[in-house]
Amino acid sequence: MRLSGLEPLVLNENSNFINVGERTNVAGSRMFLRLIKEERFDEALDVARHQVDGGAQIIDINMDDGLIDGKESMVRFLNLIAAEPDISRVPIMIDSSKWEIIEAGLKVVQGKCVVNSISLKEGEDKFIWEAKQIKRYGAAVVIMAFDEVGQADNYERRLEICKRSYDILVNKVGFPSEDIIFDLNIFPVATGMDEHRRNAIDFIEATRWVRQNLPNVSVSGGVSNVSFSFRGNDGVREAMHSVFLYYAIQAGMNMGIVNPALLEVYDNIPKDLLERVEDVILDRREDATERLLDFAETVKGSKKEAGADLSWRENPVQDRITHALVKGIDAFIIEDVEVARLEAEKPIDVIEGHLMIGMNVVGDLFGAGKMFLPQVVKSARVMKKAVGYLNPFIEAEKGDLQEPVGKVLMATVKGDVHDIGKNIVSVVLACNNYEIVDLGVMVPPERIISEAKLHNVDAIGLSGLITPSLDEMVYLAKEMERQNFSIPLLIGGATTSKAHTAVKIDTQYKNAVVHVNDASRAVTVVGDLLNKKTVNEYVVNLKKDYDEFRTKFLKRGKEKSYISINEARKRKFKIDWETSEILKPKELGIQVLKQLSLKELEPFIDWSPFFRSWDLHGKYPDILTDDVVGEQATIMFKEAQKMIEEIIAKQLLKPRAVFGLFEANTIHHDDISVQKKGKEIAIFRTLRQQLSKREGIPNIALADFIAPKETGKTDYMGAFCVAIFGAQELADSYRKKEDDYNAIMAQAIADRFAEALAEYLHKQVRTKHWGYAADETLSNDDLIKESYKGIRPAPGYPACPDHLEKETIWSLLEVEKIIGVTLTESMAMWPAAAVSGYYFANPEAKYFGLGKITDDQVTDYAVRKGITKEKARKWLHPTIADE
Amino acid sequence: MSNIQQALQQRILVLDGAMGTMLQQYKFTEEDFRGERFKDYPTPLQGNNDLLSITQPEAIKTIHAKYFEAGADIVETNTFSGTTIAMADYQMEDLVYELNYQSAKIAREVADVFTAKEPHKPRFVAGSIGPTNRTASMSPDVNDPGYRAVTFDELRIAYKQQVEALMDGGVDLLLVETVFDTLNAKAALFAIEEVKEERNMDVPIMLSGTITDASGRTLSGQTAEAFLISVSHIPLLSIGFNCALGANLLQPHLEAIANKTDFAISAHPNAGLPNAFGEYDESPEEMGEQIEEYLKKNLINIIGGCCGTTPEHIKVIAQLAAKYKPREFVIPMEAGIQ
Repeated sequence: MRLSGLEPLVLNENSNFINVGERTNVAGSRMFLRLIKEERFDEALDVARHQVDGGAQIIDINMDDGLIDGKESMVRFLNLIAAEPDISRVPIMIDSSKWEIIEAGLKVVQGKCVVNSISLKEGEDKFIWEAKQIKRYGAAVVIMAFDEVGQADNYERRLEICKRSYDILVNKVGFPSEDIIFDLNIFPVATGMDEHRRNAIDFIEATRWVRQNLPNVSVSGGVSNVSFSFRGNDGVREAMHSVFLYYAIQAGMNMGIVNPALLEVYDNIPKDLLERVEDVILDRREDATERLLDFAETVKGSKKEAGADLSWRENPVQDRITHALVKGIDAFIIEDVEVARLEAEKPIDVIEGHLMIGMNVVGDLFGAGKMFLPQVVKSARVMKKAVGYLNPFIEAEKGDLQEPVGKVLMATVKGDVHDIGKNIVSVVLACNNYEIVDLGVMVPPERIISEAKLHNVDAIGLSGLITPSLDEMVYLAKEMERQNFSIPLLIGGATTSKAHTAVKIDTQYKNAVVHVNDASRAVTVVGDLLNKKTVNEYVVNLKKDYDEFRTKFLKRGKEKSYISINEARKRKFKIDWETSEILKPKELGIQVLKQLSLKELEPFIDWSPFFRSWDLHGKYPDILTDDVVGEQATIMFKEAQKMIEEIIAKQLLKPRAVFGLFEANTIHHDDISVQKKGKEIAIFRTLRQQLSKREGIPNIALADFIAPKETGKTDYMGAFCVAIFGAQELADSYRKKEDDYNAIMAQAIADRFAEALAEYLHKQVRTKHWGYAADETLSNDDLIKESYKGIRPAPGYPACPDHLEKETIWSLLEVEKIIGVTLTESMAMWPAAAVSGYYFANPEAKYFGLGKITDDQVTDYAVRKGITKEKARKWLHPTIADE
Repeated sequence: MSNIQQALQQRILVLDGAMGTMLQQYKFTEEDFRGERFKDYPTPLQGNNDLLSITQPEAIKTIHAKYFEAGADIVETNTFSGTTIAMADYQMEDLVYELNYQSAKIAREVADVFTAKEPHKPRFVAGSIGPTNRTASMSPDVNDPGYRAVTFDELRIAYKQQVEALMDGGVDLLLVETVFDTLNAKAALFAIEEVKEERNMDVPIMLSGTITDASGRTLSGQTAEAFLISVSHIPLLSIGFNCALGANLLQPHLEAIANKTDFAISAHPNAGLPNAFGEYDESPEEMGEQIEEYLKKNLINIIGGCCGTTPEHIKVIAQLAAKYKPREFVIPMEAGIQ
């Protein structure tokens, strides 16, 4: 089903449950009725806006009340909504039992709405006529399970009415089946009456039947009805709603009216309560109702929100501001800053006084290891909000805005798109009162240079994640030298290292170059570099340190010995191809995974790297109970869960995946010829270990895991690319609200989803599409430990460091055309949350690190690949020995 | 399957260019607009281009012929403002049937002459249905956002009259175009469905929206995809965009809908953006280069021009279109009504 407000809402097989907001319903909300009756339409609009902000993907609007003119109110309210883009971006559900109100509503909404509802209650003729009109107005329709006899209240009647309605709509009216939604009537259970015992389970089973037998339709319902008999006991009601939804959604219910405030997470329901609720919902025992009633007494009053401890609000204003900054609470900061402003002589004093005192506490705690990066980023958020509030007052006084202690330019270098680390460092520096000139990602060196001059910055920070970015950094250092810069250069990002900085970058620029790979160090390093008193001594020591490090490093590198590539080939990893089992994939060729759902990917998330991106070190889930970072990790984890919930509910991130499985044979030792029906369609070039090893230890290349052509056996391999779209937009939407914390969080989550998708896809390939591990049963933990059969190495990573091989994957799978992931000139993938690689299925295939290679292999590789040796060196140099 | 559907399966069809731009070259005076018949009409009539179908039919005929000569497969009738709502400005509501009927007839005659000359390349007439000058889902009064200057039913009745006249005049298909408010378009579609049902006949419908600026939305605020979804309940011959933007700026919006619909895709962009004098000065070659990008990407089934385009533009476009294959699409079927 495809609906629209100002924006589209698309439901398909794998969509998540669609939540319909219902507070704009005079029959369901007394407050809303009163607002409409008193014509307080502005406030009524706020109710609608609140629903959309709260995650409603459709809003149900109902004006059926004897005391108001339903038709006029419907038209007026819908017209007003049309003028509010933040509300009208979602589709409208026009809810009325009166046709004239429905039709009046259909005439004023431009998007594709849903009519709620029509039924066979008054006979076929009326039903057909209304359905035809609705079709002509271009709306979807909710069909109530109701006919001339009455409302369906058991399993059989639901089936009978739905089947009949469906046949009429599809065959007689020509109504598109995907635009039909059945409301199968949710009735209360545990009422004490025997005939109500099957109310929930009948709904669930009828849902299953409808979804299986009536193609393309949706099933909806108002969930709160089911727990009607427990009014006043929210604890039990919350549990009942989630249990009901848990089973109904499995059965195929894909949309409905749910009050998110009255919903417990299924996994969080205490076991004893869960058992009793499930007994009632699923009608599992005679005495289920009594047992739940008895138990309910003990659940009463277990309100979820115990109310935050607000005693700190009693303290003096400075303490309150410090508390808010340290705890990252922004709820009261404007209020407190206003109090401070009224007390202060000049508004600037609040920044230089109250806020700086608070931030100094933050800085001290951070320095002492008692606060962690995510907390500091939250503090920064509070700080920004406070300063944003004060700036107009300062300007009004024509006072000077706060003087920054220094200006730092930050950029992710040309060809690279990764910026989480850069963003974190920017925020940390900004909240220590540095002005940040953030140039974003893929910034060409000329622009870095010109902006640095334009803004007269005090330092430049460069970031990059993929290996080609290292060259960009070297180039920039050279340029700074050539153009007589004197400001310090900071280097950071996952691929950078002190060794590379010392050997390659430091030598290009005679002024300060520092490798800062840890956001918490950034403040002290920049502080030392910009302090006029200490800077000279600091730089002298720095240069000396890097010089010594370089000398040691270069000496160390020479101690290793290598064998020639020809020698290494003789020592390849040997698989006995006579006995090794080769399984032909079930489907060969390129395949696209459509309709991926984030929900399905969630269990595949490996959380440890998520914490690592925030400088919280430890393994998940142990990190949650860690003595040092446990508390902070737990908070972060919860906040991440919350954001994921919202991302899933609003489908803010979009997963896409393409993969291909092909015939393949190794040729000339190190190349893999990929074939389609015996015809070569691509060649992957692999690299071979050259480190001199003990006798019996092989020198591996990925090609060793594929049967060589001369064995006469047809082997297979795969390639894939997965990506998460939408992270940039999501992060930007937070950044617009001055919320860097959630912006960074969103990017970190998107990265996790991309990795989870790669894991998920690999599993699908192993168990289904290739099918060589059809009987695999591995937990997520096992997956993280890589205990599966077969491997999925990625170009740019240890087994195959050549990023250029991505081009081969891109053309083989038509990656850009099919899922829209592009490659930058440095072979970084865009969107940044993306993973690509190969599949090898042989049980003996394993991950390995290439280590260093020598000049003879570089020459050989260049010849095989048909590129100049110069180009080969450029892309392989981090792995070339002696470089 | 109608003739145009058959033709559409085989090749990219070319729509004509701007009527207004061509008429400007005639520099018609108030007197020319009035002709003999409206000599004493109480309101000023200069600028009522639709009226020229009655008072200067030769000019309209010549322009249609020039576009056909340039290689157009389809010309649009001179009826962009042919509704009682738009004609109210000239107090000519009563003339609406005649205007549409005459315009359709003129275009029909010219098309038939060309088809007879070149039977292998049949020419078609599309009844142009403009957006009117009022919006059904927006208020013209900033102080009263709930107010509407026109209702769905007023639009539906006005459109119905225009559609009947166009069909009586012999058009092959209808083109609901320059849609800046989707609700207006839905009223037009509703009216067309009513006429189809009453006359028990089918008529292919092209629908073309307008993305007004860089925000990528229609004037009434919808994204391209939301617009597509809102009008897909009617089996359309094609959906696409026209006006407001030049070919290059229109491309992302065409791409946004192309892989989300089975309907054919149409585009008739402006000749670039207007210069400081409000004139369009993109040359046929410049525009052609941009259009060729559509063709290379296999985006298009029907291509033409809007404001600022001339037979020279259409000639270049037709030559390019002949070199490329049309985008694959599904012929819409009215779902099994009994």
